[in-house]
Amino acid sequence: MYNFELVKPTTLQDAVAALKDDDAQALGGGQTLLPTMKARLAMSDKFVALSGVAEIRGICTDDDGRICIGGGTTHADVAKGATDYPALASTAARIGDPAVRNRGTIGGSLANNDPSACYPAAALASNATICTPDREIAADAYFQGMFETALEEGEIITEVKFPVPQKAAYEKFIQPASRFPLVAVFVAKFSDGVRVAVTGASSDGVFRWSEAEAALSDNFSAEAILGLSAPSSDGMISDLHGDATYRAHLVKVMTARAVKAAI
Amino acid sequence: MPKDTGIGASPKRREDVRFLTGKGRYTDDINVAGQAHVVFLRSDVAHGTINGIDTAAAEAMEGVVGVFTAMDFDGVGGIPCGWQITDREGNPMQEPKHPILAEGKVRHVGDPIAAVVAESVSIARDACEAIEVDITSLPAVMDMKKAVQADAPKVHDDLTSNLCYDWGFVEDNRQAVDDAIKSAAHVTTLELVNNRLIANPMEPRVAVGDYARHDDSSTLYTTSQNPHVIRLLMGAFVLGIPEHKLRVVAPDVGGGFGTKIFHYAEEAFCTFAAKQLERPVKWTASRSEAFMSDAHGRDHVTKIELALDADNNFTAVRTETYANMGAYLSTFAPSVPTWLHGTLMAGNYKTPLVYVNVKAVFTNTVPVDAYRGAGRPEATFQLERVVDKAARELGIDPVELRRQNFIREFPYQTPVAVEYDTGDYDATMDKLLEMIDRDGFEARRKESESRGKLRGLGINCYIEACGIAPSKLVGQLGARAGLYESATVRVNATGGLVVMTGSHSHGQGHETSFPQVIADMIGINEDQIEIVHGDTANAPMGMGTYGSRSLAVGGSAMFRATEKIIAKAKKIAAHIMEASDEDIELKDGKFTVAGTDKELAWGDVTLAAYVPHNYPLEDLEPGLEETAFYDPNNFTYPAGAYACEVEVDPETGFVEVLSFAAADDFGNVVNPMIVEGQVHGGLAQGIGQALFENCAYDEDGQLLSASYMDYTMPRAKDLPMFQVDHSCATPCTHNPLGVKGCGEAGAIGSPPSIVNGVLDALASGGHDVGHIDMPLTPAKVWAAMQGTGGTGDGTAHARSVGGPAKNV
Ligand SMILES: Cc1cc2nc3c(=O)[nH]c(=O)nc-3n(C[C@H](O)[C@H](O)[C@H](O)COP(=O)(O)OP(=O)(O)OC[C@H]3O[C@@H](n4cnc5c(N)ncnc54)[C@H](O)[C@@H]3O)c2cc1C
Repeated sequence: MYNFELVKPTTLQDAVAALKDDDAQALGGGQTLLPTMKARLAMSDKFVALSGVAEIRGICTDDDGRICIGGGTTHADVAKGATDYPALASTAARIGDPAVRNRGTIGGSLANNDPSACYPAAALASNATICTPDREIAADAYFQGMFETALEEGEIITEVKFPVPQKAAYEKFIQPASRFPLVAVFVAKFSDGVRVAVTGASSDGVFRWSEAEAALSDNFSAEAILGLSAPSSDGMISDLHGDATYRAHLVKVMTARAVKAAI
Repeated sequence: MPKDTGIGASPKRREDVRFLTGKGRYTDDINVAGQAHVVFLRSDVAHGTINGIDTAAAEAMEGVVGVFTAMDFDGVGGIPCGWQITDREGNPMQEPKHPILAEGKVRHVGDPIAAVVAESVSIARDACEAIEVDITSLPAVMDMKKAVQADAPKVHDDLTSNLCYDWGFVEDNRQAVDDAIKSAAHVTTLELVNNRLIANPMEPRVAVGDYARHDDSSTLYTTSQNPHVIRLLMGAFVLGIPEHKLRVVAPDVGGGFGTKIFHYAEEAFCTFAAKQLERPVKWTASRSEAFMSDAHGRDHVTKIELALDADNNFTAVRTETYANMGAYLSTFAPSVPTWLHGTLMAGNYKTPLVYVNVKAVFTNTVPVDAYRGAGRPEATFQLERVVDKAARELGIDPVELRRQNFIREFPYQTPVAVEYDTGDYDATMDKLLEMIDRDGFEARRKESESRGKLRGLGINCYIEACGIAPSKLVGQLGARAGLYESATVRVNATGGLVVMTGSHSHGQGHETSFPQVIADMIGINEDQIEIVHGDTANAPMGMGTYGSRSLAVGGSAMFRATEKIIAKAKKIAAHIMEASDEDIELKDGKFTVAGTDKELAWGDVTLAAYVPHNYPLEDLEPGLEETAFYDPNNFTYPAGAYACEVEVDPETGFVEVLSFAAADDFGNVVNPMIVEGQVHGGLAQGIGQALFENCAYDEDGQLLSASYMDYTMPRAKDLPMFQVDHSCATPCTHNPLGVKGCGEAGAIGSPPSIVNGVLDALASGGHDVGHIDMPLTPAKVWAAMQGTGGTGDGTAHARSVGGPAKNV
C-alpha cells in the first residue's frame, strides 16, 4: 500500500464534497479496493470512506413496490433484509465469504462492474435503477463493458431500486479458485416479459441473452432453453478455468437451471 | 481396551495447545532488537539480460540502510545443489550457478535482482520501486521438449544446452525391455502430465539474519524443515562460515510439504547482510512472493508403456519422462525424478523388466523440487493409470489384473535396485474392498443415473519408499550428504528427560509421538519427556524432516540412545541393589532384580547418576546422557490400496468426490490418531492435485496462477469424509521400531484413484476417454466428454509443458 489520506464523512453532502477533490476516490467495503491497494496496483491520494454515511445504508420498499437498497449496504445486510425479493437476497448470500459479505457493498460492486461479479447480473436482469446524488440511471444504460459504467468521475451510487419480478433465480457456477462466478445467470420473469442477465462469461462484462429472453417470454420453462443453441462464443472469456466454448455452453446450462429454480 | 499411553495410544497432540491458542512461536514472531527489513526487487520477466541496475535514487532515500545487487556478492558462493546425477553416458549432470541475486540475467518471474534493506518494510518497498533496471527480454524457455532441441534459446549461456541430464535406469536393462515390448501380446501406452504444484504452506517463508560482533558469529532464524542442513549448505558452500560460528534456528514451522527443505537465497542474503551492515535483517515473504519463489513441485511429462503377455502378466514397463528443473537446481531437485521416482516403477507388481528414462530440463520457471511424496506420486500416478487403462483395453477387472501381478514373496528384489523388505498387498486390497462395498456399486451407480449423474469407481494400489535412507547407498546414487539421524537423550537428576533430536517437526506432531516411544521403553509418563528440536545450538546433527523419515530414522536414533541410557541405568541400579547387571529388569519405571523382591524407582537411579555417592565411579562415568546416530540399512516400503467414488455432472463436467477409502500398511503405528491425520492431509493434497491445483505459466513465462484467485486450494467442502484404515501392518524388518512412515502416502496414492474414478464414470456414460490431464477441472472433463479434451491415446500434442500453458 502507498500512503494516502482517509476521510470519513458522516453525511452524503460531505462525502460528495470530499469527492470533488482531484484524485479522491470512494472507499466502500474495500473488498476489491484494499487487496488492489495492498498489491500497489491501485492508488489515490485521498480515499473517502462511505461506511459512515448512514443515509446510503439500509433497505426499504418504495411506492412502486421496488426494493430500494442504499449504495452503502453490505452484502450481508441484503442477504438478511431483502426478504421481499428472495432471489436477490440469495444472490447476496452467495457472494464471497462471510468476511467479504460483512464489508463489501452493493454500491462498490456495481461501481466496480467486475465482469465476473454477481450484483451486475441481478441489477441487469431485474431492470434495476442505479441512483446517484444527481440522477437515476437504468441498468440497461449503466453497464458499459468490463469495469466500465455510466458513472462519472467521483459520482457515487446512493441507492439501487429493484423492481420485484414474479419469479426469479440466480444460478452460479463458480470458478473454483476465486469462487466468483465462472458463469452465472440471473433470470427474472416480469408480467411483461423475461430478462436474462449473464455474468462471468463475456469480456464485455454482464450482458442480456436476448434469444433466451424471447424464448422464455413465450414459454417460461427449461425446455424452452434446451431448444436453443448456446450463445456464440465470440467475445467470451478464455482463461485457465474455462475457454470461450465452455463458457458459452455454461450460459445455456445455467440459464436452464435458473429457470427451473425460479419455477 | 485402547491404550491411553505409550506406543499405540492416541494422546492428543501436545503442541496443538500452543498452535491452536495463538501461542506458537514462528519465525515471523522473532524480532531482534535493532533489526532492519529487506524487500527484494524481483524480475517481472521470465528471461532477460540485465544491462544495468541504477540504485542511486533508492540509496538516497531516507530510511534506506543498504541496497544490494549481484556485485556485492563477489567471492560469495552460489546456492549449492545437494545431489549430483550421473547421466546415461556416465557424465555428471550440468549444474549452473545459482547466485543469491541475479547475475547478468534474470531467469524466471520472481528471480531476485536487487535487495533493499531499510528501517521499515514500506520504506524498503518504496526504495525497490525507485531502482531502475534495464533489462532486454529474451524468448522464454517454457516447453521442455522444445527446450532440448539444438536451436533452443538457453536458460544458462555457459551450459551446453538446457538438458540437465539424460538418465537411464536400469541402463543395462534397456535392450531387454525394448525386446520384451516388441514381443508382448499387448502393450498399453499412455502419455500424461504430472501437473506442476505450489506447496502453499500456511506460513510463508521468513528469514532473520543476526550477527554478533563480540564473537564474530552469525545466527539465522528461518522457516526450515532441516536447520542443520541449512547450516551446512549455507555455511560451507555459500558464505564460508564454519559451522561452529553459525547457528540456525527453525522454531515452530507452519507447514512445509517439502518446500521448506531447501536452502534459499533469501536465507543466505539475510545472514550475509546482517554481517555486512552489523544489523539484524528480517525478511517475511508475502503470499505473492511465495507463489513465485518457493520451490514448486512435480511437473513431469511422461510416456509410459506397459507390456503384457497373453495371460495378462506384466512383462515390461518402459517410460520416458521430461522433468522440469526450473531455472536453477534447487537443493534436492535432481534426485526427485530419478532415485525417488525410477526406483518405484516396479510398484506393487512383479514386472521383471523396467526401464526408466528421465530428461531433466532447465526452463524459465521457478525451480522445482520435492513436494509431499516427491517422485513417488509421479511414479505411482503413471503406473496406476496405465494399469487401469490396460484393464479397460483388455476388458478385465482392474482389481484382478493388479492382484494377478502382485508381488507376494518378501524380501523382494525389484528390477529397479531397491529390495522391498516386507508387505502384503492382498491384505490391503482385501481390506479396501471390505471398506467400500464394491458389490453395492452398481446399485449406487443406478441411483446416480436416476439423478442425471455419472458415477465412477476408481481403485488403485501404491507403494513408496520412505525412511530415507542408507547413506552408503545414497552416496553411490549421487547424494552429497548422508541421510542418518541422531538424538541425544539427556536424563535429568529428577528423572525427567529431554530428547534433543536432529529431526525437526513442521506440523507432524513429533513432540507427542516421540515421547510415546520412550514412555513405553522406560515405563514413565509421557509428560516427563520433552522434545527439543529445530536449533543447531542444542540439537545434534539432523538431515531433515521429509520422505516420511522422522520416526523411522530419527525415532530409531532416539530409540538407540534410549537403549544406551537404559543399559547404563541398569548398571547403576545393579550397583545400588548389589546385583549383577544381567539380572536387572526395567518395567513400569521400576528396576527389579530377577528372583528377588528388590526394587528401585527410575528416579532413584537417575538421582544417583547425578549425586554419585553410592556409585561405581571406577567403572562408570556419572551422569545419564547418551547420543546415538542411526543410519538405516534400507528404505521402508509403505504400501496400500485406495478407492474413491465420484459423480460427474455431464452438463458441466463438475466432479464431486463422494467417498474415499484408504487401506494403508504403515508397519507399526505409534499414534494412530496422528497417522490418520497425516493420511487425511495427504489425501486432501492428492485430491487437490487431481481436481484443483495447477501452477500454470503462459508461453512468455508469466505465472498465471499467481494468487489464490487462480490457484485452487482444496477446501473442506470439496472433500468427503475419509475412511482410513491401517490395520494391515507388516512391520518394517530393519528398524528397531518396525515403523514405515505415513506422511506422504495419501498424496502418493490418491491422484490415480480420482482420475481412474472419473474415467470410469465417463465410460459408463458412453464416453471412451483414454486420459484427462490433472487437474480434472469441470472445463477439462466437459471438453473430454465432447471429444475435444481427452488425451492419453498418443494423439496428444504439445504435451510438453507441465500443466496447460494457456486456457484449458
Ligand atoms: C475473497 C473475495 C471473494 C469475493 N467473491 C465475490 C463473488 O463471489 N461475487 C461478487 O460479485 N463479488 C465478490 N467479491 C467482491 C466483493 O463483492 C466486493 O465487495 C465488491 O466487488 C466491491 O464492493 P466494496 O464495497 O468492497 O467496494 P470497494 O472495494 O471499496 O470499492 C470498489 C470500487 O468501487 C468504488 N466504490 C465503492 N463504493 C462506491 C459507491 N457507493 N459508489 C460509487 N463507487 C463506489 C470504489 O471507488 C472502487 O473503485 C469478492 C471479494 C473477495 C475479497
